[in-house]
Amino acid sequence: MLHTLNKSPFSHTSLENCLRFIKPDDVLLLLEDGVYAATRGTSRSHLIEQALQNGHVFAMQADLKARGLTDLIDGVQLADYDKFVELLEQHSSHAWR
Amino acid sequence: MSDAKKVMITVRKPPHGSIYVHEAIEVMFIVASFGLDLSVVFIDDGVLALKTGQDTKELGIKGFMASIGAFMDFEVTKVYVDRQSLEDRNMSEADLAFIGEDETTEQPVRPTILDSSAIAALMAEQQSLMAL
Repeated sequence: MLHTLNKSPFSHTSLENCLRFIKPDDVLLLLEDGVYAATRGTSRSHLIEQALQNGHVFAMQADLKARGLTDLIDGVQLADYDKFVELLEQHSSHAWR
Repeated sequence: MSDAKKVMITVRKPPHGSIYVHEAIEVMFIVASFGLDLSVVFIDDGVLALKTGQDTKELGIKGFMASIGAFMDFEVTKVYVDRQSLEDRNMSEADLAFIGEDETTEQPVRPTILDSSAIAALMAEQQSLMAL
């Protein structure tokens, strides 16, 4: 399963809610304001660190660049739009908004 | 300026995911151009709008880094940031974009970081508050 998340982890609980439903080997893709969750050393970093113990976490590179985010949690992989399409082809997906 | 109406704009949304911050900056320039005594406060996800190094090219939108750099040129000079919101996001003063330069020293100026109690005191002084 591919889980997509597009909300800031600081002002929404979508990430916590999503993590309850992630199974081992599921993929979490952070996009739009969701990419803030991939930042190292924040009050919400532990959530993505938790997700990384079980499965893969990707963050959209264009969204990271737009927000000036470079200091990411180790293990978060970068995705371009081709990768996004590839992930959508490989998995059924659910959007956590 | 002392008898000008005191107006505060608060920004609490992150940039780019919605139009809120873009609109808030438009409103700041309009309010400042009317000669009102404007204070602008970035709180919660609003502080993310001030982060350095934002490059929105790949999203196909213009972004507003240039507008933030011109705040002081457009009389948006009282710009404050909530300290707790920065700390929660692992940001420090060095992560904040410049908003102009000092007229006398010509040194670049960053927004002023305040504790929530100082922001609360500023809020209490205002005649009008706009939450954007």
